[in-house]
Amino acid sequence: MVRGMGKYLVNLPAVTGRRLVIALPLIWLAVFFFLPLVETLQVSFTSPRRGIPPYEPLWGIGDDGFFTNFTTGNYALLLQYWSDYFGPAFNSIKLAFFSTLVCLLFAYPMAWWIARSNEKWRTILLVLVMLPFWTSSLLRIYALIGLLNPNGFINAAGLWLGLIDAPIQMMQTDFSIYMGMVLTYLPLMILPLYAVMVRLDADLLDAAADLGGSGIQIFRTIILPLTLPGIIAGSLLVFIPAVGEFVIPALLGGPDQLMMGKVLWTEFFRNRDWPVASAIAMLLLAILTVPIIYARYQDGRDAVAETPNPKQAEAG
Amino acid sequence: MGRMNGLVLSLGALGFGILYLPIIIMVIFSFNAGKLVSVWSGASLKWYAGLLENDQLLSAFGTSLLIAVWAATIATIFGICIAVAFVRFGNFRSRLALSAIASAPLVMPEIVTGLSMLLLFISMESLFGWPSGRGVDTIIIAHATFGMCFAAVVIQARLRDFDMAIEEAAADLGATQPFIFLSITLPVIAPAVVAAWLLAFTLSFDDLVIASFVSGPGSSTLPIVIFSKVRLGVTPEINALATVMIVVVAVAVIGASWAIRRRLSGRDQNQ
Repeated sequence: MVRGMGKYLVNLPAVTGRRLVIALPLIWLAVFFFLPLVETLQVSFTSPRRGIPPYEPLWGIGDDGFFTNFTTGNYALLLQYWSDYFGPAFNSIKLAFFSTLVCLLFAYPMAWWIARSNEKWRTILLVLVMLPFWTSSLLRIYALIGLLNPNGFINAAGLWLGLIDAPIQMMQTDFSIYMGMVLTYLPLMILPLYAVMVRLDADLLDAAADLGGSGIQIFRTIILPLTLPGIIAGSLLVFIPAVGEFVIPALLGGPDQLMMGKVLWTEFFRNRDWPVASAIAMLLLAILTVPIIYARYQDGRDAVAETPNPKQAEAG
Repeated sequence: MGRMNGLVLSLGALGFGILYLPIIIMVIFSFNAGKLVSVWSGASLKWYAGLLENDQLLSAFGTSLLIAVWAATIATIFGICIAVAFVRFGNFRSRLALSAIASAPLVMPEIVTGLSMLLLFISMESLFGWPSGRGVDTIIIAHATFGMCFAAVVIQARLRDFDMAIEEAAADLGATQPFIFLSITLPVIAPAVVAAWLLAFTLSFDDLVIASFVSGPGSSTLPIVIFSKVRLGVTPEINALATVMIVVVAVAVIGASWAIRRRLSGRDQNQ
């Protein structure tokens, strides 16, 4: 009985400790991640005013008792100036979608190359993929500007070699945006693709080739279906942040390459219309809800399907 | 497959080219005496010298370093908690809530996170008087918040591979849970904890968007200063700064992967 008591006493702090381990991050994230989103939703339904903060409180208790300043005016404004707000929204989706495709076009052969290399080359190539991922994306975009500028490296080299007669306008075009997106998000597409490709059984491909399958047949019937989870995971990792991207359209895009992130930024910092900025944030979240929920659903499926394998975890 | 390989290799090489050409050109032209990133006008270290005298960049560097160290440390501690809860605690009551709230920041657009954090800080200030104004502390909180979710992912992967039987054996021998965690679990997951800290540090050190919202006067981080300079045009000092930062990261990443490789091969020989 005494031993039973002892066990109880030992377990008591353990149970409290367990609660604490769960409660600490849960409370932190509830306060600093979930509450802010609720607050943004609230501000998106208030009206702007001159002062600090530059918006009316949504509700409160004043001298005359409970009051609210609820208005759907900000969303009405988004609808009224449809082309100013939904235009950038469609543009964001379009640019993010094609950026994802371009990333996939390069990442797929790169990941295949890495996965099919011998162990030494695989490590080197993986480090080469990870290296830009660890360096500041702002600085990489800045480096790209030096390349694409009218008086930048590419134009200077082209002129010097006599390939072009006059500098080509590359900055502030869709091209510069796509280059920026590829530069920023390519590693995020390569890593999940590599993770599925390295698990792909080479015997399967040999068997298919022995049976007379052509390259395209093998790709369509074996490689593509088996790497599909990697394609989906990588595409979500690129598409979701690309839709809300701010730095790339701000530094590489011109006045025509409006994206939602840039519009939100302008409303907030330049026009100081915080309620409209909040409404844009909510619109951005609404657009991303479907891919985000789909990503979580995919994650959940992977977690169930994943078999613990130390070597893969080290490699990934 | 022979025909495919040519296409695979050339697209792959082009991909690596896109990743590296801008960086390589920038590094080369950081030693250029002239201002342009296109015309070579002789080798010079003057932009590096200018860097050392640029108080604005240096103080922003210090601010960023301070913020990133604190944010990464908080993020790693909370990230360990999240990872331990998911991998070791089975089905606890708030599991679904924690998993939703710990993975949402991973996919939330930065610009939404930044805006909403600022709105929270402002309404907290008017309610409780804290935080008074925005500055280093609010940036640390914001960075720790999304950093811990990334840290949790890294640590979870390692914790999941770790054999629970060792912990159970220690518990059967009468060790308390905190003791088991500190003497067995933590040393085993240490590489992942270090990786998580470095990831959280990098995310904080590189963040422009969130910091722009939650920073105050006098707490400009390095990316904020760089962004404002780059908007005005190409500044050669930034070439020098970027080169220094890329060299530091490259040495760290290559060194770390070399160390991991050595550890792995050492482990294979022991088995």
